[in-house]
Amino acid sequence: MEQFYVFLQQMVNGLSLGSIYALIALGYTMVYGIIKLINFAHGDIYMVGAFVGYFAVNYLHLGFLGALGVAMAVCVVLGILIERIAYKPLRNATRIAALITAIGVSFLLEYTTVFALGAQSRAFPEVLSNVRIGLFGNKVFVTNKELLIYGVTLVLMILLQFIVKKTKTGKAMRAVAFDREAAMLMGVNIDNTISATFALGSALAGAAGVLVGIYYSAISPLMGVNPGLKAFVAAVLGGIGSIPGAALGGVVMGVIETMVIAYGQSTYRDAVAFAILIIILIIKPSGIFGSNAREKV
Amino acid sequence: MLEIKDMHVYYGAIHAIKGISLNVPAGKIVTLIGANGAGKSTTLKTISGLLRPKEGDILYNGESITQLSARKIVENGLVQVPEGRRIFADMTVRENLEMGAFLQKDKAWIKATQAKVFEKFPRLKERINQLSGTMSGGEQQMLAIGRGLMANPKMLLLDEPSMGLAPLLVKEIFSIIREVNQSGITILLVEQNANMALSIADYAYVLETGKITLEGPAQELAASEEVRKAYLGG
Repeated sequence: MEQFYVFLQQMVNGLSLGSIYALIALGYTMVYGIIKLINFAHGDIYMVGAFVGYFAVNYLHLGFLGALGVAMAVCVVLGILIERIAYKPLRNATRIAALITAIGVSFLLEYTTVFALGAQSRAFPEVLSNVRIGLFGNKVFVTNKELLIYGVTLVLMILLQFIVKKTKTGKAMRAVAFDREAAMLMGVNIDNTISATFALGSALAGAAGVLVGIYYSAISPLMGVNPGLKAFVAAVLGGIGSIPGAALGGVVMGVIETMVIAYGQSTYRDAVAFAILIIILIIKPSGIFGSNAREKV
Repeated sequence: MLEIKDMHVYYGAIHAIKGISLNVPAGKIVTLIGANGAGKSTTLKTISGLLRPKEGDILYNGESITQLSARKIVENGLVQVPEGRRIFADMTVRENLEMGAFLQKDKAWIKATQAKVFEKFPRLKERINQLSGTMSGGEQQMLAIGRGLMANPKMLLLDEPSMGLAPLLVKEIFSIIREVNQSGITILLVEQNANMALSIADYAYVLETGKITLEGPAQELAASEEVRKAYLGG
């Protein structure tokens, strides 16, 4: 029975990490769906979100929700600007050109932050007091921060699902992702729709940044690299381009990573993530929810 | 209503359309027939603003639309039903029709038009919540035309509506095209199925490797020896 409680405790931790990965993975998968670009700068948008949250709390004296809102808003603007300045001119270029540009944008964001704020990590201010809630007669603990991460992630995912399924912009996004030319024939404005996609994805990444700041209490300019790559693996695992796939993939990655730390060796946590990537690419490259690669000529 | 003047279109270095001129009078059905690769779809894509002509002009109701965005052209009521239907397969029938009405703001009009589309295509109504990619080719073509009608067209550009359909369905689709025309919508019909196209059209152009080689009233063309040999199988 003790064993089972330990496992449950790891699940609690894993779901928190997984929620963060899922929020980041959603942006990867949405952007890929619409312009077929792996936006490697996406992890750095998450980092910017964490720093904006940091400054919002420290200098604007905002609470959690305020910091979350400001971080999401700044990331929306950043995401739209990156697309307009860096990716839009390459829309008809080769995919590798856009991919290399994305890596360039990633470095630009990372080292501009290092230049401006220094490379050392900073302590994220305590906006919430720590409350531990004991379950099963205090065998398993859930903190208020973990509940907050679950809650915010769930709300954001439901909101995203609503936008994508029910709103006009969401339908335009799906139409452009499926067949850009046909969408143009319906009168859809492609540029605005792509901007909206970047805006949504970046807002989720910004939210993830603030949540991580609160959960792990430390942020740094290079904090986006690893979670960015893992969220990318999560998006591939779920089926790149699939929104439910990214959500599930993120949670699975978070849980697996936590289990590896708990039952295996924590030094293998990153290796396992990339082993998963290799295995999916060999066995089922289209991922869990991916449609069978429908490459247009 | 639509007039193309000496239009040249290139795909990179390839000279796809080599100076064509054609005229579609309001209220008529005009057809553009020709073999695979003659440039029929390229012509329609250029009219819709998906491609830009290198030379020449496209006039719609007397005004040049050559430099307008695809969106503006749809806004003006010049709507294309593309080749291969190009429906959004991962959306339901209802969502596809909503996409057709993307630029329409009047909710009552959208509702009324959707009802009219269902009247024309009862099978779409039965499948309203079905994913459109799971429907048969004929149903998908009906959806594509229905989606076009949802955009409130004054003129429809139809690209190979008979493609891949059984003869009986082709007949049904063509009788619907005639009905649509009788409701006051001008039609430019691109077809490989010259027989069917000439049977409903008022006027016809024959396109061969980017040039118009023949034109005339559809009945005359259907009777002409040249067309019979090349396009009507004898």
